[in-house]
Amino acid sequence: MATLELAGVRKSFGAVPVLHGIDLAVADGEMVVIVGASGCGKSTLLRIVAGLETPTGGRVLIDGRDVTPLEPADRDIAMVFQNYALYPHMSVFDNMAYGLKIRRVPRAEIRRRVQETAELLGISALLDRRPRQLSGGQRQRVAMGRAIVREPRLFLFDEPLSNLDAKLRVQMRAEIRRLQRRLGVTSLFVTHDQTEAMTLGDRLVVMHQGRAAQIATPMEVWARPADTYVAGFIGSPAMNFLEARLAAEGRAAALAAGPVLRFADGARPGPEGRRLVLGVRPEHVRAAAAGEDGIPLAVDLAEPLGSETVLHGRLPGGEAFTARLPGAGAPQAGTVLPLLLPAEALHVFDAETGRRLDPLPA
Amino acid sequence: MRAPEGIGPAEGRAAAAARRRRLLDRAWTHGWLVLGVLVFALPIWITLVGSTHDAATIGRGEVPLLPGHHAIGNYATAWAEGGGRFRTTAAAVMLWNSALMALLIAAGKIAISLLSAYAVAFFSFPGRMAFFWMIFLTLMLPVEVRIIPTFQVMVDLALINTMAGLVVPLVASATATLLFRQFFLTIPDEYVEAAKMDGAGPLRFFRDVVVPLSVTNIAALFVILFIYGWNQYLWPLLVVNDSSLETIVVGLSKMIGTGDAQNEWNTIMATAVLAMLPPVAVVVLMQRWFVRGLTETEK
Ligand SMILES: Nc1ncnc2c1ncn2[C@@H]1O[C@H](COP(=O)(O)OP(=O)(O)O)[C@@H](O)[C@H]1O
Ligand SMILES: [Mg+2]
Repeated sequence: MATLELAGVRKSFGAVPVLHGIDLAVADGEMVVIVGASGCGKSTLLRIVAGLETPTGGRVLIDGRDVTPLEPADRDIAMVFQNYALYPHMSVFDNMAYGLKIRRVPRAEIRRRVQETAELLGISALLDRRPRQLSGGQRQRVAMGRAIVREPRLFLFDEPLSNLDAKLRVQMRAEIRRLQRRLGVTSLFVTHDQTEAMTLGDRLVVMHQGRAAQIATPMEVWARPADTYVAGFIGSPAMNFLEARLAAEGRAAALAAGPVLRFADGARPGPEGRRLVLGVRPEHVRAAAAGEDGIPLAVDLAEPLGSETVLHGRLPGGEAFTARLPGAGAPQAGTVLPLLLPAEALHVFDAETGRRLDPLPA
Repeated sequence: MRAPEGIGPAEGRAAAAARRRRLLDRAWTHGWLVLGVLVFALPIWITLVGSTHDAATIGRGEVPLLPGHHAIGNYATAWAEGGGRFRTTAAAVMLWNSALMALLIAAGKIAISLLSAYAVAFFSFPGRMAFFWMIFLTLMLPVEVRIIPTFQVMVDLALINTMAGLVVPLVASATATLLFRQFFLTIPDEYVEAAKMDGAGPLRFFRDVVVPLSVTNIAALFVILFIYGWNQYLWPLLVVNDSSLETIVVGLSKMIGTGDAQNEWNTIMATAVLAMLPPVAVVVLMQRWFVRGLTETEK
């Protein structure tokens, strides 16, 4: 049980900056998911917390104590690696017991703790096996068991599910969540998979090129993305972006294609004609009813998913656009479908900085 | 039901001809292989047979191809008194010396190269690459090249005519260091990191993870290095002149006298057969390990 705080953590490999100053406070028992595209520095950040990498600047505090100069072993942290890192020549029992043995925990207690943990994870029958005699899912459990049995103050997970097949991944995801809740251990979980991030995290850190683009709850990140990167990264299919200009004294946006869309929630700051990017999630788009004045989408690909259909196509301005409509009876490729973009579903971003533009207080 | 088509008498003949051709091919290859085996086995057979006759038979210039009746006497003499007309050192003593030397060389080489490869592969310290290349360069300096300075050092350290003097200069091994280093580089970084987080120090990690993972490599190298040590000739010849420290390879060559007197070839051959047995035993015993290492991959 512990809190974790990162204060201005920076890291460069040689002259190449990888992390540009990350600040983060993780509450006791909280599960924070670090999500971002491959290469954005997630693993590096995690390894700095673990002590496997030394930060170029900034501090790591556990329970308010600066652990930056401490060795990994002295931080009381357990980590689950992407390839599990189970020792191939040791039995499951020995793999799980290794950390305790080194810490000179009495033999009887090691036995008790390993057995309890194995029971918790449903791997009691596997304790005598070697890792290579286990399936991927079982190895994953053993790797978790090795972390849990140590009873550390902090769990770190580096893409632990990415070597599993899709079905097992969903199952283990739920299991990790349940276990983490039950044990109440403060956790950092790294993934590049936004679904995993949304379902696992109490809060998300969306990373982009070595910066935390947004730190918030999954729903907040989804409903109010801080910039166009986050908006495009979270949500599937990805959010549509349309070029626009501020119009009607900040109360509307004029699309490049012509139509003017009024904001539902108030005026945005800035001069008339300020360049904007409008975001609309595919699932918030409606097909225009007869008599309604919609924007025509020239459909070039329809993906029926049963309960809904994903349409890909182009708007009159030539912008690529995706819509997710309920039902299977949607139009085929080659048709033109008038769409409505509801005002309350619009996300407004500044075109220069990509930052979200919130309405001015009324 | 109709009879299967297409197998007329003509096709049957063609198939038979093909089968004959294949058989002939196989006989041809096997013939060559058997010939190869015979070429290699013949000297050993002659030695084996020669060790079972009396000295006079071979002394007359005969090369018998069938065993004689003096096996027990010849081997007993070679074992307890020594072979050849000089009977300087008993084969039992020389076998013991050779075995100890080969064992110490193999074990020493493995221990030292494991440790130095561990240092070069897992740690970053100033001059790491310089050390690596220094080790690499010694590959180009075999015993023969550095034999005079090495001898001088042994004299200064008063290690002439000692087992240590026999073994120590042969123990450093660039080849084994390189092989272990290459193997260590294939050990995933995550093992090291997991061990670090578990609190295992470098030596603990070495003992608990690196060495167990290297077992099959160690076994393979042991065989090669044991035989390398067993076959050492020049260095033991130089550094030992006390007959109680004589190794069997050197002793064997010293048995063959020159000049007018008859050589007792029967006991010399018996000693030669005895000298072959330990390396053969090591290969046969360790072969199991090879196969296990190859079939049940640990990673
Ligand atoms: N040891 C290292 N030396 C040099 N560059 C590194 C090292 N580790 C990571 N990097 C670089 O840092 C960046 C971030 O890496 P990483 O944290 O592994 O990304 P992620 O886990 O988000 O995919 C990458 O561009 C990677 O090439
Ligand atoms: Mg990574």
